[in-house]
Amino acid sequence: MKIVVCIKQVPDTTEVKLDPVTGTLIRDGVPSIMNPDDKSGLELALELKDKFNAEVTVLTMGPMQAEAILREAFAMGVDRAILLTDRRFAGADTLATSNALAGAIKTLEYDLVIAGRQAIDGDTAQVGPQIAEHLDIPQVSYLQNLEYDGNKTFTIKKQTEDGYQIVEVDSPCLVTVLSTANNPRYMTVKGIMEAYDKEVEIWSADKIDVDEAKLGLKGSPTKVKKAFTKGVKSAGEVYEVDTEEAIGIIISKLTEKFII
Amino acid sequence: MNKAEYKNVFVFAEQREGKIQAVAIELLGKARSLADSLEEEVYAILLGGKDIEQNAQTLIAYGADKVILAMDKELENYTTESYAQAITQIVNQYKPSIILLGATTIGRDLGPRLSARLTTGLTADCTKLEISEEKELLMTRPAFGGNLMATIICSEHRPQMSTVRPGVMKAMIKDTSRKGEIISFEIKFNKDKFRVRIKETIKEKSNMIDISDAKVLVSGGRGVGTEKGFNFLKELATELNAEVAASRAMVDAGLVEHKRQVGQTGQTVRPDLYLAFGISGAIQHVAGMEESEFIVAINKDRYAPIMQIADLGIVGDCKKIIPALIDRLKSRTKE
Amino acid sequence: MDFNITKQEELFLQMIREFTEKEIKPIAAEIDEQERFPIETVEKMGKLGIMGIPVPKEFGGQGGTNQIYSMAVEEISRVCGTTGVVVSAHTSLCIAPILENGTIEQKQKYLPKLSSGEWIGAFGLTEPNAGTDAAMQQTFAEDAGDKWILNGSKIFITNAEYAHVYIVIAMTDKSQGTKGISAFIVEKGTPGFTIGKKEKKLGIRGSATCELIFENCEIPKENLLGRLGKGFSLAMKTLDGGRIGIAAQALGIAQGAMDETVKYTKERKQFGKAIAKFQNTQFQLADMETKVQASRLLVRSAAFKKDKGVPYSVDAAMAKLFAAETAMEVTTKAIQFHGGYGYTREYPVERMFRDAKITEIYEGTSEVQRMVISGNLLK
Repeated sequence: MKIVVCIKQVPDTTEVKLDPVTGTLIRDGVPSIMNPDDKSGLELALELKDKFNAEVTVLTMGPMQAEAILREAFAMGVDRAILLTDRRFAGADTLATSNALAGAIKTLEYDLVIAGRQAIDGDTAQVGPQIAEHLDIPQVSYLQNLEYDGNKTFTIKKQTEDGYQIVEVDSPCLVTVLSTANNPRYMTVKGIMEAYDKEVEIWSADKIDVDEAKLGLKGSPTKVKKAFTKGVKSAGEVYEVDTEEAIGIIISKLTEKFII
Repeated sequence: MNKAEYKNVFVFAEQREGKIQAVAIELLGKARSLADSLEEEVYAILLGGKDIEQNAQTLIAYGADKVILAMDKELENYTTESYAQAITQIVNQYKPSIILLGATTIGRDLGPRLSARLTTGLTADCTKLEISEEKELLMTRPAFGGNLMATIICSEHRPQMSTVRPGVMKAMIKDTSRKGEIISFEIKFNKDKFRVRIKETIKEKSNMIDISDAKVLVSGGRGVGTEKGFNFLKELATELNAEVAASRAMVDAGLVEHKRQVGQTGQTVRPDLYLAFGISGAIQHVAGMEESEFIVAINKDRYAPIMQIADLGIVGDCKKIIPALIDRLKSRTKE
Repeated sequence: MDFNITKQEELFLQMIREFTEKEIKPIAAEIDEQERFPIETVEKMGKLGIMGIPVPKEFGGQGGTNQIYSMAVEEISRVCGTTGVVVSAHTSLCIAPILENGTIEQKQKYLPKLSSGEWIGAFGLTEPNAGTDAAMQQTFAEDAGDKWILNGSKIFITNAEYAHVYIVIAMTDKSQGTKGISAFIVEKGTPGFTIGKKEKKLGIRGSATCELIFENCEIPKENLLGRLGKGFSLAMKTLDGGRIGIAAQALGIAQGAMDETVKYTKERKQFGKAIAKFQNTQFQLADMETKVQASRLLVRSAAFKKDKGVPYSVDAAMAKLFAAETAMEVTTKAIQFHGGYGYTREYPVERMFRDAKITEIYEGTSEVQRMVISGNLLK
C-alpha cells in the first residue's frame, strides 16, 4: 500500500499575542510547528506502515523553511518527503493550493491520500476535499478512526455533530483526519540522527503538470481585500480585592442579571 | 465567465432526518439582507428523500423567496458525492451569484468539494457578510488563529461561496404570512461515482450538549487547571443552572470534551452571561465568546487579555474563588 | 568548538521537550512524594531510544552523540531530577563502561537490551568504607578457576532495585592496591546476589537507591569487564563520563528552577506590582541566569570533547563542580523568590532544591572535583 500524507507548517497560533495597547499582532518569536491535524494524519499513515508495511510519502507546499516539518516526519518514520516550493505557488488560496498538491499527487502512486482536517492558521478545512475532487476520488472527512482490510477497503469512523458515522470506501480515496483521532508518536532518537541523511525532494512548478494559471495568486479565486486586527475593547470594571469581597461582587452581579 | 449572468443569493438548507438545521434558518436571515441590498431574490436549496416538502414553507417563512426542492432516495442521507452532484446541477441551471452553507460537518465537507468542482472560491467560517459598492460579496473571517480579521472577495468567479458557523448570524423572525414559490427539481445522478457506503449512523447522547444554546456558561482555562478544579467548576455550573465550557488548553489537556470548547476551533457562543475562570483570553478563545451579553472574568493576572473585554473583571485565584462561590450559593439556597 | 547547536540537536530538543512536558512533568511531584521509581517512563524512553543515545546502531543503540545525551539528561532533569539520574546512571555508569571496555560478545549481549530500556543498568563502586577514597575496596572477587566468587557489599546504588545489569568493582588481588582492582558484570538473579535496604533520601526520591549484597556470588569467567587489575582505572574513567551526566542533571535542575522563578516573579504581586519589577529581583535573576548559562557551556564543552575523543576529565570535573554549585544556589534563591509558597510542595522549587543537593555529592563530591582540577593544574 502506498500512502501520501499532506502536511503543512503553521505558526503555533496559541503562542500569538496581541499588543494590549495597539491591538497589533506580535508575530516575533512565534514558533513554527507541524499542523496538529496533519500530524495525526501522519500518525495514521505510520500505523498503517507498522501493520501493513505501507510506504509513506509526505508532501508539503511552502517556503524552504517548511523543510523542517519534513525532517520531523523523517524522524517519525516516513519513507519519502517532497517539498513543493516555487515563487509561482506563492499567494495561493485553498483552491490554488489544492491544484498544486493534487498535481504533485498525480505524479505519485497512491492508494490512500491523507490530510489533516484543517490547519490552525486558517481553519478552513478546504484543501483536503478540494484535492479529492481534483483527483476524482472519494473523500471522507472528520476521520476519528480507520480500519483497513489489508486488501482495498477502509472502514472509517467519521465524527458528526451529534455522534458518528461508520462508512466504507475502497482505495483510492482521501481522508481528512481530526487531531483527536490518535496521539502522534514522538520522533525517535535514531530517527532524528538519520533525518538529515535522507533526501527531501524539492519540486518546483515545472515538476507538476498543472496550468500555471491555476497556481499561486493567479490561480486563486479569492483575494484578501484587507486584513485588520479587532482592536482592543475598552475594559469594564476591574476589581483587585480579597476572595470574600470578590464573591460579594460576583454574587451581586449574578443577582442583578437574574441568574440567581 | 459572464458575471452578469449570475444572480440571486442561494442558501443550502441543510436538513437532517427531515429537520431543517438552525444554521440554515440563520443563513436565510443573512441571505435576505444581502439579496435586499442587491435587489435580488433568496433561494433555498432543499435536498432530501421523501416527506421534506413541508419544510419548504418554513424556509419561506424565514426569508426565502424560492425553494428549489429535490427529492430522491439518493439524497435522503447526506453523502458528499450525491449532494455535490445535485447542487452542481442546480447551480449550472440557476447560476446563483452567492451560495451560503452552514459550517457544519456537512457544510465543511460539501463546500470545498463543490468549490473545486465549480472552480470558484470558498471562504470558510465567515463572521460578517456584506455587499460592497461594486455589488461584490465582502466575506470577513478570522485568520491566523483569530488574531487577524481578513475581508475576502471573490471577484472573478461565480458563485461566491461562503460557509458560516452556527450561531453567528441572526435568523429573521418567522413570518408565516410570507409567500414564496416552490420549484421541484430532478437530479440526474451519475451513480458510478457513489463510492462511499454508509454502514451506520450513531447518535451519542453525550454529544447532544450544545453549549451554544446555553444562557449561562461557566468556562474554565489554565487557571482552573486540574481535574479537581474542573469538578468544582461543574459543581458551580450545577448551582447556576449553567453549562460548563472551556478553553482549548483544557480540551487539549483532556480535562474537557471538545464539544465544550469555546473559540476558533470550538464553538461560537453568545450566552447572556459568560463566566471566564482562569482564562487568559487568547484571541482564538475570545473570537468564540466576545459576543456574549455580559462577560465576567476571574484571573490572577490583572493584565490578561480577557480583562480587556470583560464587563466585570476580578483579579484573584480561581482555585480559591470557585469553592468559596459554591459555598456562598449553597448557603443562599438554604436561606 | 561550534556554539551553534546542530540541526539534529535542534530536532532532538523539540522531541525531548515535548516528551518531558507531556510524559514526565505531570508525574514528577508524585514520583517524589511516593518515592516511586518511574518504571513507566523508562519504558516510554526506551521505545524512543532515550535509554541508549550514545550506543552505536550496530549494538542496538541510536548512534547519537554524548552532546545529545547530555541534552537529554538536562531536559529531563529540568522537570524531574529523579528521572534525570535514572537515565544518567544507566547510560554513563553501565552502558558506557561496557561500550568502552567490553568484549564484542559482552557488547552484543548487553547493549541492545540496555539501549531499548528492556534492561536497566547500575554501577557499584561505593562501599561503607570506600567513598571518596574509592581505592579502599573491601568487596573481593576470588578466582575459582572456571568462575569468580564475589563477596562483599556496595551502598547507595542508583537504580539498584530495578536494574538487570550491574557493573561491580571488586578487589581481585589485595597485594596490588589499586592495581588489584577489577570490574565485573553481574546480572540480576545471580545466586548469592541480593538487594539490600532502600535508602530514604532528601531528594531524587524516586531513584531506588539500595545496597547490593554479594554472598558467595558466582560469576561466569567471561563477565570480567576490561582487563584484570584495570578495574580502578575503569571506574575512574567511567566516573569522568558520569560527571558529564550529573553536570547535565544539575544544569537541568537549575534551569527548571529558573523557569519557575521567572514565571512566578512575573505573576506574583506585592506592593502593587509584580515582584519582577523590583531591581533586586532583576539583578539576582540576571546573576542566576548567567551562572546557568555558564554551566551549560561547561557541560557542552565537556561533551564536545568526549565526542571528539580528546581528554575531557578536567572539563567534566569543572562542569560538574560549577553546575552542581549553581543548581544549589539557583534553587535556594528560587525558594526565596517564592517566599512561603516556595517552602511548600504547592510549587516545584521545593523539590528542585532537595534534588539539587545530591549533585554536589555523588559521582565525586565537589571536593573531589576540586582535587581533579587542581591536580591537573599543579602536576
